[in-house]
Amino acid sequence: MQMPTPDPAILARKDQIVKRLQSVLPEGAVVHDPIQTRAYECDALTAYKCPPLCAVLPTSTAEVAAVMRICHEESVPVVPRGAGTSLAGGALPTADSVILGVARLNAVLETDYANRIIRVQSGRTNLSVTGAVEEEGFFYAPDPSSQLACAIAGNIAMNSGGAHCLKYGVTTNNLMGVTMVMADGEVLEIGGAHLDAGGLDLLGLICGSEGQLGIVTEATLRILAKPEGARPVLIGFDSNEVAGACVSDIIKSGILPVAIEFMDRPCIRATEAFAGAGYPDCEALLIIEVEGSDAEIDDQLSRIVKIARTHNPVELRESTSAEESAKIWLGRKSAFGAMGQINDYMCLDGTIPVSELPLVLRRIDEMSKEYGLDVGNVFHAGDGNMHPLILFDANKPGDLEKCEAFGADILKLCVEVGGCLTGEHGVGVEKRDLMASQYNQSDLEIQLAVKDVFDPNWLLNPAKVFPLASTETRRAS
Amino acid sequence: MTPTTEAELAEVIAAANAPLRIRGGGTRDIGAPVDGADLSTRGLTGVTLYEPGALTLVARAGTPLTEIEELLAGEGQRLAFEPGDLRALLGTKGRSTIGGVIATNASGPRRIQVGAARDFCLGVRFVDGQGRVLKNGGRVMKNVTGYDLVKLMTGSWGTLGMLTEVSLKVLAIPETEATLICDGQSAETAVTSMAAALGSPFDVTGAAQMNGQTTVRLEGLEQSVSYRAKALRDGVLQGFDMVKGAASATLWSDLRDVTPFAGKDGAVWRISVKPSDGPTLVRELGALAPDAIYDWGGGLVWLRVADEGDAGAQMIRDDLSHIGGHATLMRASAETRASVPVFQPEPGPIAALTRGLRAKFDPRGILNPGLMGA
Repeated sequence: MQMPTPDPAILARKDQIVKRLQSVLPEGAVVHDPIQTRAYECDALTAYKCPPLCAVLPTSTAEVAAVMRICHEESVPVVPRGAGTSLAGGALPTADSVILGVARLNAVLETDYANRIIRVQSGRTNLSVTGAVEEEGFFYAPDPSSQLACAIAGNIAMNSGGAHCLKYGVTTNNLMGVTMVMADGEVLEIGGAHLDAGGLDLLGLICGSEGQLGIVTEATLRILAKPEGARPVLIGFDSNEVAGACVSDIIKSGILPVAIEFMDRPCIRATEAFAGAGYPDCEALLIIEVEGSDAEIDDQLSRIVKIARTHNPVELRESTSAEESAKIWLGRKSAFGAMGQINDYMCLDGTIPVSELPLVLRRIDEMSKEYGLDVGNVFHAGDGNMHPLILFDANKPGDLEKCEAFGADILKLCVEVGGCLTGEHGVGVEKRDLMASQYNQSDLEIQLAVKDVFDPNWLLNPAKVFPLASTETRRAS
Repeated sequence: MTPTTEAELAEVIAAANAPLRIRGGGTRDIGAPVDGADLSTRGLTGVTLYEPGALTLVARAGTPLTEIEELLAGEGQRLAFEPGDLRALLGTKGRSTIGGVIATNASGPRRIQVGAARDFCLGVRFVDGQGRVLKNGGRVMKNVTGYDLVKLMTGSWGTLGMLTEVSLKVLAIPETEATLICDGQSAETAVTSMAAALGSPFDVTGAAQMNGQTTVRLEGLEQSVSYRAKALRDGVLQGFDMVKGAASATLWSDLRDVTPFAGKDGAVWRISVKPSDGPTLVRELGALAPDAIYDWGGGLVWLRVADEGDAGAQMIRDDLSHIGGHATLMRASAETRASVPVFQPEPGPIAALTRGLRAKFDPRGILNPGLMGA
């Protein structure tokens, strides 16, 4: 992984920069000891590591603004960091950068049930947003797998999704406003408790911009009333094609499940060995969850089962209790852990049109044989967001490189069939150099021009999202 | 000018040396009047892809909305964000196009539950002010590859580029719908009722007060709608009556199209605020003698005032500067629209970003110049 060469002038000024940052932050909020900065050397993409110049942990928007003003004056790159759970290397530092961590910005600022909003500081974890409102019967819908740990700031940066976004949408559909600190320290308010923009939709632009346009310090989020109940059905098929056709038929029938999860045989076997959820040994498995009252759930499940039966499933297990639901979800929820038990893995995130599912799975299987690396597929089938898990051995020389090449081929395939490189994890450094397979030079140039407007000096997370060569002159100026 | 291909459109824009007035069907004639040569999407029509099983449709920008709605209805699907037909309100003619719907982020009563046009637009192709053909997003439902220019283009009213093709997420038409109705509630009481319904687990897809009637919509499977209607009427909406089917549908299409204001004169504002602020705002604007319709649980106020002076712009926007939100002057005489900012004026730093973006997308300032303000 190529990263920009650290600026020796910045490295030489470390003491001075640290002193200036300390002067505007509480004691202990500047981490600069080389042993301690190692805590910030990577995120959940652990293959790449580099300790930053220092890390700062501000406790207010004003402190974030003060930090940004200093970094702006000193021309120091700033790498924003939520909880460091990015799988794409979104928070990977360079040696000459300041990590701006929002972990200490974790307060709930306002809950307003009549207007169905919550305003939080951006370092608050995803699950604890729901935690703050669930007693009143509400929840925050986007539910990335890392929701116990990941921060709202990172969710906004990556426009995170989750298993239930088929019905509730992703972060951008649930974000109503932000307080954002610009690269030069100016503080902006965008959106709020009202819907939509009065002018250009800057909020929509900021969400998913991977920390390159500003530092979000506060967010107004839409909260929803919790459904009365939810229950899944598990359906096994002896072919991926048939499972794909079943998904399509269910969607066409007008039922909108909250989640349609798909696992293929390698993944089923791995999770069975690991978690013993009692899954059938079949080619493809669907977990489909619906919500509502008991009667509404029964009604929807019976319609789904009826459709599924026309596809001759090898297994059909309708949950009738909380225990059975938990058992159905157990395997799916332990899928990543199960694969991790077998070996190191790389998790991809390409999205494809649902109709291309059988073709893409077949090609992945063929490529798996060509590369000699096993792969398991577990993904959100309702919206075509795939998560192929490629197994490799990090200690075996050349294996990581082989795995990355395999991953890149899968993502290019996703684009070829009409999909995209990333559905919910973001580009980060991981898919930076594949951007040209999805967008031509003009398409990329207009995005770079957007960053020019928000961050003319290219100091915010500058080495991410775009191929390095395409941003070189901008970063150098 | 009516180019028939994207490439031809790109040539026209690249060669232009004077302002262009971007036109779809011409049914949403809103904004400061633009003095420029008409450039129409009428030659760019046709649905290029429709996969009902994937809930996706791709169409060229000039495709008439009705054509798309008919095609979708054939498969039991629809555009769930409920774009309105504003011809009667605005006194316009012609056929609304899908490009116009996206360019104006046209969204109806269901916006509070499913989202706006911006939330259903998956991808765009457009030609910018330099004549470059550009694309962003795609045709899949989850896509975080690069910046989300799809949202930026949605609701940019042709000031950043001219849309040539849009990809949309569509949804199934539910089996049935019903509306719970209560007459004679004050606006404040109505908003409280609506908040209680929207804060319930019963999936309300519309909440409005129009003509003194509070209405709450439920949609879905027959059995489910009955269940939820009963739960609400036994609970937070006691005393509400119920209508179903066509009678229910008419209420919402009238609201969506702002029909009550269609035959009446005066200026019409579309104001987005925090739902509980809706009635307060209207009360504070008493001096304008306003006529109000509340949608989005109180968060969307359609306000009819006399088309005199600034049509209340100063008062409305002074109030909004305190409570938050924005007001768009949807209907007024050409003189009023030329003298009053039709779109909500932005605070300095936001306005600077907007100007900066326009300068990148349209450096010569030839696409609908001034339509959204400076």
